[in-house]
Amino acid sequence: MTLVKTTFGRRAFIRNTGLASGGLVLGFSWLASCKDEAAMEAALQMPDSWFDINGFLKIGDNGLVTIMSPNPEIGQNVKTAMPMIVADELDVDWAKVLVEQAPLNTDIFTRQLAGGSQSIRQGWQGLRLAGATARQMLKQAAANAWQVPVGEIVTAAGMISHEGSGNSAGYGEMAAAAGALEVPEEVVLKEPGEFSIIGTDRKNVDGKKIVTGQPLFGLDVDRDNMRIAMVVHPPAFGQKFKSANLEEIKAMPGIQDAFHQVVYPEGAELQWSDGGHVPEMLVIVGNSTWEVMQAKRAVQAEWEADGPLESTEYHNTELAKLLEQAPDNPGRRDGNPEAAFARAATIVEKTYSAPYLAHNTMEPMNFFAHVTADKAELLGPIQTPEYLENTLAGILEMPKENIDIMMTRMGGGFGRRLYGSFAVEAAVISKRIQAPVKVVYSREDDMTQGTYRPSYMVRYRAGLDADGKLIAWHMRAAGTNDGGYFANRFPAGAVENYLSEGHTLRTEVTTGAWRAPTSNFMAGVENAFLDEVAEAAGKDPIAFRLELFDRSINDPVGDPEKNDYDPERYAGVLRLVRDKSNWDSSSPNAEKRGVAAYYCHNSYVAQVLDVEMNAGVPRADKIWCAVDCGIVINPLSARNQIEGGIVDGIGHATFSALTFEDGKPQQDNFDTYRLIRHSEAPREIETFFVDNGIDPTGLGEPSLPPVMGALANAMYRKAGKRYYHQPFVGSQEDRRIIG
Amino acid sequence: MATYTLKINGTSRDVEVDPSTPLLWVLRDHIKLVGTKFGCGIAQCGACTVHLDGMAVRSCSLPISSIGDKEVTTIEGLSENGDHPVQLAWLEEDVPQCGYCQAGQIMNASALLAQNPYPSDSEIETAMNGNICRCGTYVRIKKAIKRAAEAGSNA
Ligand code: FES
Ligand code: FES
Repeated sequence: MTLVKTTFGRRAFIRNTGLASGGLVLGFSWLASCKDEAAMEAALQMPDSWFDINGFLKIGDNGLVTIMSPNPEIGQNVKTAMPMIVADELDVDWAKVLVEQAPLNTDIFTRQLAGGSQSIRQGWQGLRLAGATARQMLKQAAANAWQVPVGEIVTAAGMISHEGSGNSAGYGEMAAAAGALEVPEEVVLKEPGEFSIIGTDRKNVDGKKIVTGQPLFGLDVDRDNMRIAMVVHPPAFGQKFKSANLEEIKAMPGIQDAFHQVVYPEGAELQWSDGGHVPEMLVIVGNSTWEVMQAKRAVQAEWEADGPLESTEYHNTELAKLLEQAPDNPGRRDGNPEAAFARAATIVEKTYSAPYLAHNTMEPMNFFAHVTADKAELLGPIQTPEYLENTLAGILEMPKENIDIMMTRMGGGFGRRLYGSFAVEAAVISKRIQAPVKVVYSREDDMTQGTYRPSYMVRYRAGLDADGKLIAWHMRAAGTNDGGYFANRFPAGAVENYLSEGHTLRTEVTTGAWRAPTSNFMAGVENAFLDEVAEAAGKDPIAFRLELFDRSINDPVGDPEKNDYDPERYAGVLRLVRDKSNWDSSSPNAEKRGVAAYYCHNSYVAQVLDVEMNAGVPRADKIWCAVDCGIVINPLSARNQIEGGIVDGIGHATFSALTFEDGKPQQDNFDTYRLIRHSEAPREIETFFVDNGIDPTGLGEPSLPPVMGALANAMYRKAGKRYYHQPFVGSQEDRRIIG
Repeated sequence: MATYTLKINGTSRDVEVDPSTPLLWVLRDHIKLVGTKFGCGIAQCGACTVHLDGMAVRSCSLPISSIGDKEVTTIEGLSENGDHPVQLAWLEEDVPQCGYCQAGQIMNASALLAQNPYPSDSEIETAMNGNICRCGTYVRIKKAIKRAAEAGSNA
């Protein structure tokens, strides 16, 4: 038992007894799990009254519980996992839980943001407190009613009972009284061994709605009198608007208006979530999506640029130049790298690169807005609602209290929806046309106006002594708008003489966080390089890494506090995957097998991958993946995240690239931008979680970065060739794989 | 503008639209059946897959004028209670992540199984290659299709 101080302010506990409103959005989690009809009927029974216990949950008079999921849902499945945490501490039957997506509400919730795999890690304590305080209040209400000491009261699966007096009641019976109580100052949290919902497989609460095609997504939003708007941005990064045939466009069928619009006036106060915004746009407003699309195709506009426009060749030449220069300040320097390289028996030096990537969420950017003189209502897919509210307050010149932001389920995020300028565009358009509007990006708009994964280059050097011991390490990275490296990640702390440094190339092409920022390049290349260094040292690649971790554990170089990883947990996942995959570099299996391990977003992942090659194209036959993310909330969906990250990493490392010519993206839809498809996905993925009871960390990102390295290493064994430049196969390869 | 009478999910609907309007936008904007998704608009991603007389087609690239009196089935009409073997298998395997591509995946998979009740792995891959899942749920999709095939054979 852990006694903790509750952190809720009184404001979070608005008592509000009322009839269930028709506007409730209910997640029918139990429909999928209910096996017999009677149970389903019972579960369906809506209560007459709901009692708000705290901002996170309300309890119906019949014991049904509604739990709010505070954070945006982008497919990482927090809408199931976060309420599971509340429900466990509340001690309620999961079959009696409904889930609602909470709107943005900074009075009650903290960090309503989807990003950095942090929802569970940072939400953990608050969610547990929400459940535990509510349980405590229910117990207190029962103690008062039965005139017995609260300490003698126990709860289980939504029931309260007192053995001595023989009293028992459902939560629903005590909800009204509990809601009227003061919030306890201290509550007891469960020990990990006492969890009954956390750590068990629970299906996606929106599963039934998804497989039956119910409206869930931003693009599905429909309102009375709602207009459809599409926007035209400058086709090349670095261009500005000059003129367009707007009068002709206005005359097209179904079109109500077409105009040039400044979205972000000069001097507007920007949030980081406005990254990648375009200050101006052309707007076409009409009745239906198809009509507006047709009109958009007919737009003939002139754009102008102040300076030269960027191309991929320019980016690559400049990045390569930067690799030849030492930056003024290294990220980290231990020992004397130059002297160590001078005395090294062997030096391995390799350069790696990776292209820009688009996010390509399956649901293109879109947002609904209805802005009137004194109120703004926004509804749609956004990872950063709080920042959006800040931006809108400035741009609409409206107090935040008058701005309501609600989140829909999102058809993917991957970082793209951290940058909500599309929602700002919707608000500005609605204000101008004085009508509710849904802004819709076409796939082409979505792909060509991005906050892309930067393009990167890195050069690694490793020095080995005559015994094959790693005595020197040097990494020099360069990236567009991102230095492209982490100074204190492995093998920092494990090598006597160590130097890490990086350059940033500023570009007009806008970049941003793309699933596992920076790690999505560093992990793959670091693991590919380690593989090559281990080979030069004549060592097994896992044994080679474990030796380095031993050093980092037993005799760390520099201040171990500075290291951005825990070497014991890192080595732990590597050992686990070694054992699970029966890793043995002398077995025939080794000829198609690669390994990688990485730490990012507070979780540890190690992977072994078996590959087969067909006409130069890799396909993973099997992947073993060991994960240490502390307590696993929902193993069923945790495995789904791991599998998705692996497929995503393999796909992008193998096939995907966004290139530029005169500032213009050269790929604008899935015919030219290659994403991984069914026949290229791994045949089998097996995931193993470390069971250590440590507080949970995130899973949306960590499995993606290392797999790029595991794949490169397996391809080397199978094809006899090292792969230094992503995409390994590329979209150039023009196989028509679809009919 | 022209008037078309469409047979959708067992009912008949009149719409007045431009003949070039793709079935996808007729469904989404005019009939308000939004389960069918927009992903690319150029027949490359499969998000918009529906059945036309039982065959899987890309509704984004199918002008309304080409439908005639063929029966259109969308995800909303695949089963009355969401209990088509493919839908049940999808729930059982907990396939969806963001969920956006899944209606298209399910429509394509159900058309595949209707024609080939016991597809091999490579037949599944070939049939499903036109459906992108950006979240990478391919491994589970294949498991779910096999589960549905199994359920069909036991029925
Ligand atoms: S939207 Fe039709 S195939 Fe992509
Ligand atoms: S589940 Fe997200 S695109 Fe398939």
